[in-house]
Amino acid sequence: MNPSVAAARATFGDAIGRAVEARAETSVTVSAARLLDFMRWLKDTPGQEYNYLVDVTAVEFRDRERPLEVVYQLRSLEHKANLRVKVELDPRGELAVDSVTSLWAGANWLEREVYDMFGVVFAGHPDLRRILMWETYAEGHPLRKDFPLRGRFSRAEQVRQALNISPEAHYSMEELSIAESFDDLPADMRDRLRRGERDVVPGSE
Amino acid sequence: MSTRSVEMELATPGLDAQGRPSRIPLGAAVEESDLGRDHLLVNLGPQHPATHGVLRLVVELDGETVVRVIPHVGYLHSGFEKLGEYRHYNQIIPLTDRTDYLSPMANNVALALAAEKLMGITITPRCTVLRVIACEMSRIISHMVWLGTTAIDLGAFTPFLWAFQQRELIYNLQEMWTGARLTTSLTRVGGLMADIPDGFVEKLREFIKTFPDTLNEIDKVLTRNAIWAGRTQGVGVLTGEEAINYSLSGPMLRASGVPWDMRKDQPYLDYETYDFEVPIGEHGDVYDRYLVRLEECYQANRILAQALDRLPDGPINVDDPRVILPSKSRAMSDMEAMIFHFKQVMEGIKAPVGEVYLGVENPKGELGTYFVSDGTAKPVRWRIRPPAFINLASISKMAEGHLLSDLIAINASVDIVMGEVDR
Amino acid sequence: MKHVIETKEVSGSPNFQLTTFQKLVDWAVNQSRANSLWPMPFGTACCAIEFMATAASRFDLARFGMERQAFSPRQADVLICAGRLPFKLAPVIRRIYDQMPQPKWVISMGACASTGGIFDNYAMVQGIDTIVPVDVYVPGCPPRPEGLLYGILLLHKKIKGESLFDAVPRRDEQPLDERGLRLPPAEIDEISEPFGNSVHQFRSS
Repeated sequence: MNPSVAAARATFGDAIGRAVEARAETSVTVSAARLLDFMRWLKDTPGQEYNYLVDVTAVEFRDRERPLEVVYQLRSLEHKANLRVKVELDPRGELAVDSVTSLWAGANWLEREVYDMFGVVFAGHPDLRRILMWETYAEGHPLRKDFPLRGRFSRAEQVRQALNISPEAHYSMEELSIAESFDDLPADMRDRLRRGERDVVPGSE
Repeated sequence: MSTRSVEMELATPGLDAQGRPSRIPLGAAVEESDLGRDHLLVNLGPQHPATHGVLRLVVELDGETVVRVIPHVGYLHSGFEKLGEYRHYNQIIPLTDRTDYLSPMANNVALALAAEKLMGITITPRCTVLRVIACEMSRIISHMVWLGTTAIDLGAFTPFLWAFQQRELIYNLQEMWTGARLTTSLTRVGGLMADIPDGFVEKLREFIKTFPDTLNEIDKVLTRNAIWAGRTQGVGVLTGEEAINYSLSGPMLRASGVPWDMRKDQPYLDYETYDFEVPIGEHGDVYDRYLVRLEECYQANRILAQALDRLPDGPINVDDPRVILPSKSRAMSDMEAMIFHFKQVMEGIKAPVGEVYLGVENPKGELGTYFVSDGTAKPVRWRIRPPAFINLASISKMAEGHLLSDLIAINASVDIVMGEVDR
Repeated sequence: MKHVIETKEVSGSPNFQLTTFQKLVDWAVNQSRANSLWPMPFGTACCAIEFMATAASRFDLARFGMERQAFSPRQADVLICAGRLPFKLAPVIRRIYDQMPQPKWVISMGACASTGGIFDNYAMVQGIDTIVPVDVYVPGCPPRPEGLLYGILLLHKKIKGESLFDAVPRRDEQPLDERGLRLPPAEIDEISEPFGNSVHQFRSS
């Protein structure tokens, strides 16, 4: 068992849940509320120094009773140690967890991908929007277990939606605000963008 | 000689009080736009020769200087991870050919190693060495593509042809071994699809002998070339601290001075028993990344020679009928073998409950495979930790303040393959 | 702005006779078109690597007049879609096809571009012929360079069978429907249906 687990329990007590060691890997569960503190502790404490974030992903199980896990793989380059940190969320409830982008810049795109594929919202993420699918993608979050492999819509409908990908959705807010033609956009579109409604295709409700 | 006088009506009313030609203002209603301060938003891609695939870069330019670059990915998203949940472990191996299609055998090996770690299978010695050979061959072909395409991006066309000719030699070897040039599907859980054929070792030894000559030629053409050095030195610098914080891996990380290589630091496939060096850069610029990758090719050659020398005889597959298909003759004659064959093909190999993460040193960086299993033959979750995706995120940091032409060099130095970025 | 284009498949009208002079002109025009097709390599995935290998020294596209690869669609003759086409990329290939001036042809290289290949899922267009009209399909995953060269030679044969004096212009583009589809939705659904014994592919456990 990775010695970080014992040190973590000493520091965080009940916030640390189950710790499993298998196949020479340690994984430990932490509550969503204390995630950011725990990660900061792992990164900054001398002796832990998990300065390298290997991966951020999520796992939803086929068994609907099991929680949806957000999984972080951490590594300490100095100590050559790996640690897997998990946060358990209710798959039928609201999927929200703190973002660790402030600790590791590499988490930026990884968390965007988890949002895109699972719908987990990362609080404090600087730019949380879809990354692999297009921004007005209406079928849902693909890697959820209730999302069918071939998608929810018929093929013709998927082609139609793809050919009509709304142009404003290709750009991030920062791109649009610096675009020369921002002032030329229709007033209602500008207002919508300023209000932050970017995933909405007008008239599609 | 006669003189002619020409009467012309000037548009401008002549000279003003200071003796300078007076200008008619364009119009009272027209404001002079402040061209000096406007920033230009330029879209690069997704279809573009220099973006190495379908990558879209939205670049905010102040003249020629990049103020900001915002990459958009996802134009090659193929739903690999979703597909993996509907496939047996052996059926996922052909999918791995197509993520990082520049080094397919290395991906096959990475997945098989992860599945074997999950199932607790130890592969045979011959299989171990053959997989090392596969990984290093993949390293060479991946770096050759990188070299060729980066040289083309920066204007040097000839190294592309040299590099691709070397790739053809490796493709011949891959085709001899697996039957396919690119989509090799080399490994199976517990072993390989097939043993190396006769003549493979001789042909590979021939390649090992002549490959450094090509590398020397490329080295002579590029390394001390003023244009090459001028376009790549000091461009796209990332310090070691930044590289670690951005979770970079592979040559991107090592060029910034961080001495981390999965083969040395968290070894697999007996890499700790091979004698090779890992090049570490100093400045973290595009030139250092080039030097690191070039040297890795020499070292890969070295490992290949050692692997061939130590290649033991023996079976390539583990002797476990639940995991490895029995030979056709036995499956057709022996009842028990037929049952094993049936179960493996129809139901797949059931993995024990649990999860595993295995990172290997792919040419692009650390390719991680994270399997979560619930006891069935198809994984609950197959996660590819994509080195190219994570490396690409740092481009916005690297390109700020550089020129647009430097952006092309920086983009090339990240060594992305969009199949892996988007999966 | 919605982008509406229809393409109607046309063939030579019946009772169509050519004079010797017209045949001579056709021969000359078709020869020059076929032997200097400037490809627009719309390379997305693995097939793009095999396309690059075909263009490199061993297989050499230059001997077919295709050395000058037109990365700007405005200067291209044949769009070679090499690789899989996800839905996010669908409007891009449609726009690039529209930007190509006549005469233009399309080669669909590889299984994924022709039918969706091994990717029968939410993200992949099941064949680019749902979006652009295709002249030659080159099967393979990826096709060997010899296979692609055979496909190019087939395209040469097709071009040499065309006629400049055909009263019905090829690829006459008229609006189809306001949704931007080039085939009726029922047809798109039909050609995207999986076939064969593929039920095992869609069961996750």
